[in-house]
Amino acid sequence: MSLIAEITISFFLVVAGIFGLVGSFGLIKLHDSMQRLHAPTKATTLGVGGVLIASMLYFLLVKETLSFHELLITLFLFLTAPITANFVAKTYITRNVRPQDLPETDRRYGWAPYDDPPPQETAVPEEKTKH
Amino acid sequence: MVSRLLPHPLLSLTLVLVWLGLVNTVTLGNLILGSIFGLIVPLLTSPYWPDRPRIRRPVKVIEYILVVLWDIVVANVQVALIILFKRNAAITSRWITVPLQLTSAEAITVLAGTITMTPGTVSASLSADAGAILVHCLHTDDPDAVRDQIKARYERRLMEIFE
Repeated sequence: MSLIAEITISFFLVVAGIFGLVGSFGLIKLHDSMQRLHAPTKATTLGVGGVLIASMLYFLLVKETLSFHELLITLFLFLTAPITANFVAKTYITRNVRPQDLPETDRRYGWAPYDDPPPQETAVPEEKTKH
Repeated sequence: MVSRLLPHPLLSLTLVLVWLGLVNTVTLGNLILGSIFGLIVPLLTSPYWPDRPRIRRPVKVIEYILVVLWDIVVANVQVALIILFKRNAAITSRWITVPLQLTSAEAITVLAGTITMTPGTVSASLSADAGAILVHCLHTDDPDAVRDQIKARYERRLMEIFE
């Protein structure tokens, strides 16, 4: 393996490790759930991202094959991480936050955990109701 | 006829690409098997996807992805610095209301995901009529600036892509 390839791959691994460590440290240090929620979203983006880039480079430069698995891992992470975070946030709001603690929506309706949605005006299209 | 067989062309294409990525080698057999999945899965799941999302400017999607990736890198460093060097008492977390101009469900989903993936902000909830989004910000002195940045950088581009 050439020296430059080794250095590049190690660089991405070390960067990923640092961000993973900082993310985990944030989990311990920050003091309420909503703040702690910020730490894992960071670990999954740059922390995992660095490892994936290093892995792609390793297969490309050392094994000399192209690997697509890393791209898929990125895709699945970007699909699932926001949804998990959203579930945690919603649960936290419902359990621990009173409506008056949140800012106004500036709309006729309040936030979804406390207020019902407006009545559906759009009827179901006819084609769908037939069968 | 085509819309009967292929209710969601983009979904079909994504499925083929994901399948090829999973098996990690491109051969004719894999391509055929992937295409079969690309045909069958959208047909079986079409009751759950009543509308087809409309992407008006596909080129803008690439620009959007690059902008978001760059923001993720920058914001990661900022948040790491906040965690490491700020005392807990000095971290001022805020709830921020971001009014939405976007109306399509897909566009709002992408925006909410983007807000969460860029560190420092997490999208927590929508208003009941989906006209505003509730964002939790880890540390900010100027909530209006955060709101304006989300609207200018992400929502404006999504408006161009989806509406």
